[in-house]
Amino acid sequence: MKISENINESGSTVDMLINMGPQHPSTHGVFRLVLQLDGELIVDAEPHIGYLHRGSEKLCETESYSQVVTLFDRLDYVANLNSELAYCMAVEKLLELQIPDRAWYIRTILCELNRISSHMLFYGVYGLDVGAMTPVLYGFRERERIQSLFEQVTGARMMHNYIRIGGVKEDTPPEFNGNLHTVVLELEKAIEECDELLTQNEAFLARTKNISCLTIEDAIDFGVTGPILRSTGLVEDVRISEPYGIYDRFDFGIPIGSTGDCWDRYYIRMQEMRESLSIIKQAIKQMEPGEVQAKMRRIVRPPKGECFVRTESPRGDLGVFLVSDGSQNPYRVKVRAPSFANLQAIKHMLEGVYVADAVVILGSLDIVLGEVDR
Amino acid sequence: MEDQANKTTALNAASQKLLGILPSILNQPTLQYRTNIDELTVNLPGDLVHTICKILKTHTDTAFDYLTCLSVVDYEDILEINYHLFSYTKRHKMVLKCELKSTDPTISSISNIWRAANWFEREAHDLFGVLFEDHPSLDRLLLPDDFEGNPGLKSYPLHEYKEW
Amino acid sequence: MTWEAIGWYVIGAFGLFIFLSITVMFLTWIERKFLARIQQRMGPMRVGPHGTLQPIADVIKLITKEDILPSWTDKPIYWLAPLAIFIPAIAIWVTIPFSETLVLQNLDLGLLYIAAISVLSVLGLVMAGWGSANKYSMLGGLRAVGQLISYEIPFIMAILGVAILSQSLSLIDIVNDQSAIANIIVQPLGFLIFLAAGLAELGRTPFDIHHAESEVVGGPFVEYSGAHWAIIQLAEYVNTFAIAALIAILFLGGWSWPSMPFTGITNDFLSLVWFLIKIYAVILLIFWIRGTFPRLRIDQLMSFGWKVLVPVSFINIVFTAIIRFYNLHWSILTVISLISIGIIFYLIYKTPQKSRKKDSIRIISAKDAVNNPPKNYGDINVR
Repeated sequence: MKISENINESGSTVDMLINMGPQHPSTHGVFRLVLQLDGELIVDAEPHIGYLHRGSEKLCETESYSQVVTLFDRLDYVANLNSELAYCMAVEKLLELQIPDRAWYIRTILCELNRISSHMLFYGVYGLDVGAMTPVLYGFRERERIQSLFEQVTGARMMHNYIRIGGVKEDTPPEFNGNLHTVVLELEKAIEECDELLTQNEAFLARTKNISCLTIEDAIDFGVTGPILRSTGLVEDVRISEPYGIYDRFDFGIPIGSTGDCWDRYYIRMQEMRESLSIIKQAIKQMEPGEVQAKMRRIVRPPKGECFVRTESPRGDLGVFLVSDGSQNPYRVKVRAPSFANLQAIKHMLEGVYVADAVVILGSLDIVLGEVDR
Repeated sequence: MEDQANKTTALNAASQKLLGILPSILNQPTLQYRTNIDELTVNLPGDLVHTICKILKTHTDTAFDYLTCLSVVDYEDILEINYHLFSYTKRHKMVLKCELKSTDPTISSISNIWRAANWFEREAHDLFGVLFEDHPSLDRLLLPDDFEGNPGLKSYPLHEYKEW
Repeated sequence: MTWEAIGWYVIGAFGLFIFLSITVMFLTWIERKFLARIQQRMGPMRVGPHGTLQPIADVIKLITKEDILPSWTDKPIYWLAPLAIFIPAIAIWVTIPFSETLVLQNLDLGLLYIAAISVLSVLGLVMAGWGSANKYSMLGGLRAVGQLISYEIPFIMAILGVAILSQSLSLIDIVNDQSAIANIIVQPLGFLIFLAAGLAELGRTPFDIHHAESEVVGGPFVEYSGAHWAIIQLAEYVNTFAIAALIAILFLGGWSWPSMPFTGITNDFLSLVWFLIKIYAVILLIFWIRGTFPRLRIDQLMSFGWKVLVPVSFINIVFTAIIRFYNLHWSILTVISLISIGIIFYLIYKTPQKSRKKDSIRIISAKDAVNNPPKNYGDINVR
């Protein structure tokens, strides 16, 4: 245990060691945070992870390339399609495959919908963290709309296994376009409603403004990516610094913050939802019928080699490092999970804040323990 | 790994520029620069890693401020550590590779250069048994503290029972 | 004191207790349904038609639950804490009137009695926090003590404002005094102060940090299970009902404003119904606030209490006293109160740390950003 009990010279006060243990309503999963408190002030914080470690990376080495997609589904269980996309892009890079346009459009639409649903989950859970009971139900209601749309296309609400190597599994059903259009209109109204409920609320502002301002240098040094890095003021998004897919055909915006506090991170995610909606609308207009699977062998055998691919998941910079030795199973798959790197910075961010703020700061990081622990 | 040299080099403009200036900045004639699909790759001996990383981070022309990933690959008798670096201001990237013997996998830690390396190195130590010198707190990260063995290695058995 | 009088008192006390218990059960059902409708869902629907028998099911569950007692607790303090919370909550009801004649015992010092007895429940919270051997309980208990003691002052000051207006501390006199005009119109500032201080005394959102589920997981009450938890919950709802009744009596005119038509029993009955409608309206307002607002942090709560409510309540008393002393018309007090409310809201709105503008976020077009990487960190830092 790194934290030592701090006893005053006169022996009068002792810092209290409190355990926000693996079972706690606000740690967003099985995650343990040991806090050393001086009254209500946090003197030291130590995160302990690994409660959800399932050995996914080693399991990948025993499964064939197509089977690994299901493992990636379960890493970031909130934004499944983005994780599948990262892995499939890595394999396609090794195979040097050309993916048909319609497959890319479907992938983009689904990944942006997944981004909206992940940010809706963040919105609901963040409201719960600061004490408002209502946003969580509003957020989950919108998620239900998106998940029923996913069910129509992929067959499952959560673990889709839809984005495959070479494209997507199958074409969308004929009524998909109409339903997607309805959902987009409903989501527009819902985002405005959710925004009104929480964003300018007096108590919410008091709880999140100027809490844990992260500087740009610290954020980059810790490897923090995603909305947290953008909230510090750096104009950075994997879709613009290393463009992939067909994002260059769309006209969208990147919300950038300036203060690096919790409110900025929250509002960036709200704006990102609106930008995702605009991407989806443009994609619906540009999409044309066509193939959804590239021509390739049934059994995937990339040539010997390795590659590293970065994509923009709702949490940050999701990277997949794939080493292939020419056989049917990958030799090594390493997942660079954004929540893993973001969580490292929690020790730095929690020094000198109140216990009540610890929950708010942890919530603003928006971690998913599935990809932290793998 | 030799097949990579035959792959089509697709370095983007920023990385091409980097390839031009890198040998003079690093000033190590023994290093070889290869291109792997679209990444500039450099193989380093273990003792040079710390100095080279420091130069790469602080030099104004390279400015590698972001350590994307630190991963370990187990090749039976050697452990290969990969450092993936990216620069936000110059938008170029490269990969540093370092080979360590499986019997004595020791290398100096770079967590005082990039604080992001802290947990990545702890995870590498946990799953593969790599020892990082001068690391602030090299403990097990993902596995319980009293776990024995390093499950990431190929020699660690995956299934301890016979499958049907 | 004849035996007959004592007998009547005992029957009255029993009747009051039963009435409160049934009301509390009804209140839990209302709260769950009302919050559910705010949150776009249905609430309890299964037990009885539209879940009306749900409170009975809850009571049966709580009473038959196993009593889990942690081994390190300080047993006498742990067992006595729920009682120490519950008894003051019920004791207040001795003097709260439902009509001119429907009261257990009307005291001339009714308001003083209420203010004094309600402070005793703080002791119960501290006992609960210490008695359960749990760091979270202790944290919650400490927070609760600070919060409740700080908000006693605006609470009492707001009551004093009303007492000055009516020249009496007896609750029935205060209600009768309002038959012409309700106090909320004369003293809107006092109403808001009492509402805020009352919410803090109850420990309800936005002031429920001491038993915040997302941080201290229940605060001082986390180790109580089964029947003890039921007593504590009962005390909280009885307190809510009491604060709502006090607001209705002190500020909304009780049963006498506006006067009900008819005379005799019908008048009494209609006045009683009107009074209950007012109480339930205030209760729904309290539940509505719970469903909408996030909670304040403990230091923000304390600074709000000391820096905002205490000075404002002093202003309220001073102006009320001036108006009463010089026998000025009551509308002057209304105007002064409204102006003060406007100034206070404006000052809170303009607090420099929380800029309300959304301009800390700007949107950069992706097409521009693709070709323009950030030059260096100094350029792009727009703080």
